[in-house]
Amino acid sequence: MSATSTAVTSAKAQRSGGSPIRGWNWMASLFLTPALLLLGVFMLYPVISTIVLSFDRGLGNYIRLLTADRRFLDLSTFPPSGALFNNVLWVVFYTTGCIFFGLLIAVLATRVRYEPAIKAIVFLPMAIAATALGVIWRFVYTPDRDTGLLNALLGIFHLGPIAFLGDTGWVNTALIIAGIWGSVGFATVILSAALKGISTEVLEAARVDGARESQIFRRIIIPMLSLPISVVAVTLVINVIKLFDLIYVMTAGGPGSSSRVIAFTMYQEAFPAGRVDYGAAVAVMMLVILIPVLIFNVRRFRSERVVQ
Amino acid sequence: MATVTFDHVSKRYGPEVVAVNDLNLEIQDGEFLVLVGPSGCGKTTALRCVAGLEEITDGQLRIGDRVVNDVAPKDRDIAMVFQSYALYPHMSVFDNLAFGLKLRKTPKDQIKRRVDEAAKILGLERLLDRKPKALSGGQRQRVALGRAIVREPEVFLMDEPLSNLDAKLRVETRANIARLHQRLETTTVYVTHDQVEAMTMGDRIAVMRDGLLQQVGSPQDLYEHPVNIFVAGFIGSPSMNFATTQVDEGGLKLGEARLELSAKAAQVAADRPRGSQVTIGFRPEHLELLNGEDSGVVKIPAKVDVVEFLGNEELLHADAQGNEIVALVSSDRRVKVGDLIDFALPIDKLHIFDPETEKSLTA
Repeated sequence: MSATSTAVTSAKAQRSGGSPIRGWNWMASLFLTPALLLLGVFMLYPVISTIVLSFDRGLGNYIRLLTADRRFLDLSTFPPSGALFNNVLWVVFYTTGCIFFGLLIAVLATRVRYEPAIKAIVFLPMAIAATALGVIWRFVYTPDRDTGLLNALLGIFHLGPIAFLGDTGWVNTALIIAGIWGSVGFATVILSAALKGISTEVLEAARVDGARESQIFRRIIIPMLSLPISVVAVTLVINVIKLFDLIYVMTAGGPGSSSRVIAFTMYQEAFPAGRVDYGAAVAVMMLVILIPVLIFNVRRFRSERVVQ
Repeated sequence: MATVTFDHVSKRYGPEVVAVNDLNLEIQDGEFLVLVGPSGCGKTTALRCVAGLEEITDGQLRIGDRVVNDVAPKDRDIAMVFQSYALYPHMSVFDNLAFGLKLRKTPKDQIKRRVDEAAKILGLERLLDRKPKALSGGQRQRVALGRAIVREPEVFLMDEPLSNLDAKLRVETRANIARLHQRLETTTVYVTHDQVEAMTMGDRIAVMRDGLLQQVGSPQDLYEHPVNIFVAGFIGSPSMNFATTQVDEGGLKLGEARLELSAKAAQVAADRPRGSQVTIGFRPEHLELLNGEDSGVVKIPAKVDVVEFLGNEELLHADAQGNEIVALVSSDRRVKVGDLIDFALPIDKLHIFDPETEKSLTA
């Protein structure tokens, strides 16, 4: 008995570190050093120096950004405008759009024999670089009916031409649609895999229990997909808050500044305009906006693990 | 409550695969019918046809007087218990039980009353707030049963509901389901591959093989009068011994040994041409160790290979003229490996089958 308890104690001591008296494990520290150094130099230092840079004029950059810079946030109009508000539009419509169409395609595709072909086609845009995607959609939206697919279609009904990317009323909608086209494959593939994970017996049980197909979808499938849906949503939200390339290629924030988003503003201020400290303040804003999303993500994964 | 009638029902997948072949079966109102057979025999398909989860290819299926060939599952007034239980993982036990009632827009107070009642019958009162994930296998199984009984349907369909439980729980739940059926008296179709379940639970048993119905009858009927070699071998545990014999003057020859027959068996043997072969069958539990000269028994000589001691009984594996046989005998007289013994089989317990058609000649 005593021999066993000694063994247990020493095993505990070993687990908590080689020399429990001093509470410091030199060997572990040695192995950790390279990783910590790399993280420190290439991640921690840039973050801190960006934050420091953004306070170059005290709180001046932030005050200007949130109160005076109408290109970043303008609450005087209705609906509000500016890069921050545009990003809100993106988060809401792009994310729901991707999930809605992703789910729709996933559910419909599982019912047909040529499902792999459909999924491959929908997923194809994921393989295209965002810049190439931007170029493709610029052609689609061109007012010239000889090159612009959409206006050519509208022409059949004697409508248009509409300058989708040149009209402040249309530009964000047009960009978000292009964005959804590019990402719906991602949502489709993940949700369709999750859909396959739902046991057919559960669906049959619901059918026998008296549920119509629409009720099965609403009350069984959607709740059972809530975790994958939230995974997709969080991933899309994080991506869209950082959105830059599509805007840069398609409109360069224009017309005027009507299609700017946060990341594009950051680039625009820091590089072409040369206001590095102001750009840094925008970057910090972006980080502040992302932090709650990241916390939500980490928390959810933790709670999932507890449940399992 | 209602009858369930299979009227020449067939289910084919493509031109090649016939899962259910021309099934004719009438299940009485309030009856507990067990569909049994080896895996792939079509029993689950037949059940799913009743549920409406499979469309039937040919024939007519009736629940009560209503032809349900083209009726959706939700409109058939049936409840089904699945092998995997198929509980809704995102709903509490209460909601799992109440789901079917909510879909039917049952008033809330009535839902509560019926769920509480079912929970009480099945001992689920304390688990109503839990999610399926937090339940043990046995508890999940009871929730699945509960989900069926709250609906108060015309027919219960059960697809191997006990196969995911451990042996002890299975015996317990078997008794619970039987009790439940006595109480509710709802027509029940129960699918299993386990003949013990079939024997203990069914009012009647329907044995299927390769999509074909082999025999329907009470457990006792199937045990005592199997119509063919398949049913004889499938029903009963340990399963029936079979041996090939030759018809001889007034009896049968098992290798060198002569089996003296009387009564019906003698008549059957006499009707067959001399020298032709017949298959005999006899159950291990009907064999006894021969005590002196018993009358009315068939004497089967054998050499003991293996002795399995089970307590008050022992299982003897023996060689009877080149045929491997098993006998379940009292363990009073300790038999040893290598012993040459004579087994006595009461003559009315001997089954004779046609080796060609595999049909019983004595049933």
